[in-house]
Amino acid sequence: MALATFKGGIHPPDKKDIAKDRAIKEAKSPQRVVIPLSQHLGAPCKPIVSIGQEVKKGEVIGEPGGFVSAPVHSSVSGKVIAIAEFPNAMGRMVNSVVIENDGKEEWASLKDNPDYIKLSADELKEKVKAAGIVGMGGAAFPTLVKLSPPKEKPIDTIIINGAECEPYLTADYRLMIEKSGEIVEGLKILMRILGVNKGFIGIENNKPDAIEKMKDAAKNEPNIEVCGLEVKYPQGAEKMLISALTGREVPPRALPMDVRVVVQNVGTALAVYEAARYGKPLIERVVTVTGEGIKNAANLMVKIGTLISDIVEECGGFKDSAGKVVSGGPMMGFALSTLDVPVTKGTSGILVIPEEGVVHTDEFGPCIRCGRCIDICPMGLMPSMLSILSEKGHYEDTKEYNLFDCFECGSCAFVCPSKRPIVQLVRLAKSLTKP
Amino acid sequence: MADVKKEHELIVTVSPHVRDEETTSRIMWTVNMALLPAFFMGFYFFGLKALFITALCIISSVLSEYFFQKAVNRKVTVNDGSSFLTGLLLGMNLPPSLWSFNPFTIHVPIIGSVIAVVITKQFFGGLGYNIFNPALIGRAFLLISFPKAMTIWTEPSAAFFALDAKTTATPLGILKEDGIAKLIEAFGDKLNLYAELFNGHRAGSIGETSVLALLIGAGFLLYKRYITWHIPISFLGTVAVLAWIFGGKNPETGKMLLFAGDPLIHLLSGGLMLGAFFMATDYVTCPSVRKGQIVFGIGCGALTMLIRIKGGYPEGVMFAILLMNCFAPLIDRSMKSDVFGAVKEKKK
Repeated sequence: MALATFKGGIHPPDKKDIAKDRAIKEAKSPQRVVIPLSQHLGAPCKPIVSIGQEVKKGEVIGEPGGFVSAPVHSSVSGKVIAIAEFPNAMGRMVNSVVIENDGKEEWASLKDNPDYIKLSADELKEKVKAAGIVGMGGAAFPTLVKLSPPKEKPIDTIIINGAECEPYLTADYRLMIEKSGEIVEGLKILMRILGVNKGFIGIENNKPDAIEKMKDAAKNEPNIEVCGLEVKYPQGAEKMLISALTGREVPPRALPMDVRVVVQNVGTALAVYEAARYGKPLIERVVTVTGEGIKNAANLMVKIGTLISDIVEECGGFKDSAGKVVSGGPMMGFALSTLDVPVTKGTSGILVIPEEGVVHTDEFGPCIRCGRCIDICPMGLMPSMLSILSEKGHYEDTKEYNLFDCFECGSCAFVCPSKRPIVQLVRLAKSLTKP
Repeated sequence: MADVKKEHELIVTVSPHVRDEETTSRIMWTVNMALLPAFFMGFYFFGLKALFITALCIISSVLSEYFFQKAVNRKVTVNDGSSFLTGLLLGMNLPPSLWSFNPFTIHVPIIGSVIAVVITKQFFGGLGYNIFNPALIGRAFLLISFPKAMTIWTEPSAAFFALDAKTTATPLGILKEDGIAKLIEAFGDKLNLYAELFNGHRAGSIGETSVLALLIGAGFLLYKRYITWHIPISFLGTVAVLAWIFGGKNPETGKMLLFAGDPLIHLLSGGLMLGAFFMATDYVTCPSVRKGQIVFGIGCGALTMLIRIKGGYPEGVMFAILLMNCFAPLIDRSMKSDVFGAVKEKKK
């Protein structure tokens, strides 16, 4: 049987072997954490603690600043020592709360409620809201918003995204191996909240053991289908995944809810389960530390706010060859200019690329119009034209080529034989025009 | 944190952080390589003349690009293999008779190369920005400027050192002037005609004659996915269909006889194979969306047959491709790729 997939896409070397077999390990509790008040898409949080205040693990330190927002909790117990602007992984300055860890790991409140599935949809939704859960695949979109579709847009399908199509990253893979039961429970909770009775779990076919595990965990759930997907980037992009599993295409600039679907990452499903059962807020996540330039690759359970420098140190530091450190995966991640930035709810990996593997983007050639980018663009755009128009400063004209449908997956720049920085040129045009 | 790298040593570049190994120069040099079988067949049939002319074209193409880029302070890019390719293609598109001292025509390939590289390519902004296929503009310029020298064809002698081969007409020339019966007569019988056209033992431009060798090179490019079927197949298919419909003539009256043409003769002769697989598929001057490429190929085929049957020249591939080059940007603009989800949106 042909595997479910979408049109276009690329096949970068997956390099998952580096970290794939490292079981998830609790990272050392850092001396201090820097917790940004804006870790999600949407309005930043308002701090509700003051300098000098003692906080417990799981205590709310920032309240949502709007509907599209999510509360932020302390990931350690200790004392607030600063509330100030700190750089994040994208290089922006963000208002952050710095907490000195007292090492006591004292929880604010954590209660086991084994009967969580009997809670009403609204009660469960309240738990998700209180836990500050956001999409953990990278974009960090507040989960509550996805779970609150307007009345005229009913949802009939929930998809759990286990594609993990970014090369190198293995965080979701480890979760599916080690926490398959919990992920299925998370999906059931999500289905209950939205009143949906069709759930998919989509996993790329290069993770047969994860597919096996998840199938086993869902074997008593007739409404949940675990599907193998063709190994192809960007299989895990929301629109591509929906098209692969349901055959529905999300129209340009519409949302998954417009085709009656909600997509959640496996990490998010786990967080939903933990919130519903224990009332545990989202204060830690699995981060894959990998790449040819790190001494000991690992999949670490890291407290939100831990500095990347602490994690690199715990993993034995860099090899001499290290050249570039990326927060996230190699296709869409951000290169770091400093290691003193915190892990946030959306940090899926820390990738250390050796110097000789770095492609310098300042030496690129002209577009030879070979059409490779057009063939592989998952959104059916013409990246060649977007890059040429943006390079020449014709930003307005890029809209004729559907500039704002691009979600910057980077497939075009990957295949470009002239090594053109197409993603950067697209971002430039986006920032200088209005949709 | 002893062995943690100092921060200022971190390299920061834009995503994606991994890239495919393919490069522009690797593509260009591979296309050069794919042309070698056809070139060697030309060398075998037309001898040293073929080698000299092609070498002259390559050297003058590469040098004119080098000196032009130096002169206008552009980055010198002769290593990317694109001006080498232009020279090679131009050489393969010229008659071997040009290597002649009496009448003196050795300057002709040089002029063609300079026109191709400097005027057609560099004046328009260099690689990626030219509207027309440089080698074909070079050849078109020469055909118009030196009509006599450019239409003297030599017999394929396979005599290696023969610098003064006998002159003759090309198969398409015979077909146009004297009709199909004479053409078959010249090659003995019909089967022999097809065979000779296929292996390339006929008069013509240096690199265009051997269909077999051209198909080997084209097959390699298709296999490596450097070209796709869209342009060549729509081009060749259109030629075949139109040759069948309009290519026949009543042997008594000489008037056109519908649905009586011989598509195979038209497919195997002239510069069609070289043009369809190696010139019309030039990335820069063809549409880059696949469905537009099919329109482009059909246009090339239709114009080729219009010129072959109704035009003043026996062969029309060159002008057909050049005319369609003008339309390539227009085709790309009016036949954009299908945006994900957009079709369904319309249906709503």
